[in-house]
Amino acid sequence: MTTSKSLATLLGATSLTIASAAAVSAADLEFYFPVGVNAPAVETIQALTDEWAAANPQHTVKAVYAGNYEETTTKALTAANAGQAPQVAVLLSIDLFTLIEEDVILPISDIANSDADKEWIAGFYPGFMKDSQFEGKTYAIPFQRSTPVFYYNKDAFREAGLDPEAPPTTWDEMIEVGKALTVKDDNGNVTRWGTRIPTLGLGGAWLFGGLVVSKGDVLTTETGIEARMDTPATLASLEFLLRLAEEEVMAPGGITWGDTPKAFLEGQTASMWTSTGNLAFVEENAEFDWGVGFLPGGDGPGAPIGGGNFYIFEDTTEEEREAALDFIRFMTSPESAAKWSIATGYVAPRPDAWETPEMKEYAERLPQALVALDQLEYAEREFATFQRAKVTQYLVDAIESVVTGNAEPAEALAKAQEGADKVLGDYQ
Amino acid sequence: MNNRLSFRLAMIMLVMPCSLLVAFTHYPTIRAVINSFWNNGSSRRPSRFVGTENYHALLEDDRLAQVLINSTIYALGTIPLAIGLAIGMALLVNSRLPGTALMRLSFFMPTMLPMIAVANIWLFFYAPGIGLASQILDLFGLPSINFLGRTDTALASMMFVAVWKEAGLFMIFYLAALQSVPTNLKDAARLEGASAFRVFWDVVMPLLRPTTIFVAVNALINAFRLVDHVIVMTEGGPNSSTALLLYYIFEVTFRQRDFAYGATLTVLMVFLLGLLAIFQFWILNRKAHYQ
Repeated sequence: MTTSKSLATLLGATSLTIASAAAVSAADLEFYFPVGVNAPAVETIQALTDEWAAANPQHTVKAVYAGNYEETTTKALTAANAGQAPQVAVLLSIDLFTLIEEDVILPISDIANSDADKEWIAGFYPGFMKDSQFEGKTYAIPFQRSTPVFYYNKDAFREAGLDPEAPPTTWDEMIEVGKALTVKDDNGNVTRWGTRIPTLGLGGAWLFGGLVVSKGDVLTTETGIEARMDTPATLASLEFLLRLAEEEVMAPGGITWGDTPKAFLEGQTASMWTSTGNLAFVEENAEFDWGVGFLPGGDGPGAPIGGGNFYIFEDTTEEEREAALDFIRFMTSPESAAKWSIATGYVAPRPDAWETPEMKEYAERLPQALVALDQLEYAEREFATFQRAKVTQYLVDAIESVVTGNAEPAEALAKAQEGADKVLGDYQ
Repeated sequence: MNNRLSFRLAMIMLVMPCSLLVAFTHYPTIRAVINSFWNNGSSRRPSRFVGTENYHALLEDDRLAQVLINSTIYALGTIPLAIGLAIGMALLVNSRLPGTALMRLSFFMPTMLPMIAVANIWLFFYAPGIGLASQILDLFGLPSINFLGRTDTALASMMFVAVWKEAGLFMIFYLAALQSVPTNLKDAARLEGASAFRVFWDVVMPLLRPTTIFVAVNALINAFRLVDHVIVMTEGGPNSSTALLLYYIFEVTFRQRDFAYGATLTVLMVFLLGLLAIFQFWILNRKAHYQ
């Protein structure tokens, strides 16, 4: 079985080389993609897709906007189970284990195995490859990758008598600065909060991972079977979130991911923690002077790496695989990656993209874009395990129950750990 | 000959609805029951027969307990309110006041809007600080409330949307019923010197009872079936305070891909709906007043 499979792969690879030279074999691709940020993402993806289709008239490709990340994964998996899988999709990097377990994706390193291919795969930032590989194989190609960064309103900093070029770097500074930034009206109601960290849902869990990393720990490892929810670092992180609310730096209760950029732009908050994928949206809509910094950290800088990768589905013909690979190569080429990065704010996943004239000009015009790239050094993989959706729910519940005042941090984390261990116990 | 032909024709015509019923109702129900006795398999974990283990899990599932409480609060909170409002609105638009056509339209409008659109509109209304609700509070000098971000307000906020959306639909049923109330009964009551309230309470209300039961049945089923606005507005959060039964099934089955437990929850839901249906038919038979 294994021999015949690798033989098939070998044959496939050979035919791949021949076919790409002859460019005759045609494939009809369906490509699912999600949008998780406020940016003209759909138009940009469509434009890039059209460009590839125009350059490869023998193929067709249909780009399908499938909702947010979770919806896109749900749709792709449901379609795959029904035998109607898309050939290629951008899905969350943390869905890797789920996709492997469901046996629906093809390791890209199995088809991209020439020396040129290997060199291409090696050309991505190692930070983004961490969660694209499993058991020695590369399953995914980084595309819309990001880390969260600290966006702040420089005008508000000046108004509060703070140095607009020195955003807070530690949790204590965050609280101190945040207190100065919080504004109340005559009735004692807060009209502008010091900061805003989304705490609800998957977005909340993502940012929480960054807090934990800054305390020198991780939530998860590359094995996919370890969840480290009940640790001193997670406890300190939850207590920090509570302290922000107690010290009136951040609104009490749960904070949604989606409203956050809007609240920042409307001046409801003087700073926010959100994805670099919102850079373009903020740049376009901010009516004030704004800056970007590393996420303030507990013991040092720390951030989670997030976002989506390209996957190729298992249920595809040789022609489709070859076309899909070519499509991914095009989408992550320096020029396309530069266009995508500029349109949204996502971190271009390869160093060579940053060498293009467009990117250089962009980085000069918007130096904020470089912050996420620099922060990459301190970033760790996002929470991912087998049964990710189920296990993450325990973490989400723990965070939500604490920030809404329904549970004590230690107790909530112990409960989450217990739940996660029970699910992951089957895999150990 | 003729009879035989019509029998065949009847068979042919029955095949269509019966196959639909089998394909989309009976087969899935049986399949769900079977699946609920197996655990969830995958390429890394083979599926195996687990007997009633999934049902034991139901009993120990804290989240399910929370979900059932939420669903009950949701049903008990929205249905009487929506029905009360619907009767009020129906009486208003059934009167001979000027502008009833416009009123009927505006009361019915929320029902016509697609659920997802409605949920998105309300999501914006509820946004703390920037939404309409916060701005209204601000006019009165009150602090803005994080409606969907607090466990004590999130479910109530969602219920408000449901009442706003459903009352218009129920109003249509009541309007139809009100228009079929014979005027001679009301005239007779007035001749006897009954007040307007008395006429409404003792003459009109009893005649509306079949409508009320019909509407209540539908509202109850809807309350358990509701999923779209949970997905759009809160995804069941914060801290599961707005997760309703069908949403929980969706989450377990399609997000967490635990088809076995999803099937078990589905069996529970079918069982609950079955109980409700039996109870309601019993009430219908006893209490409904058909002319």
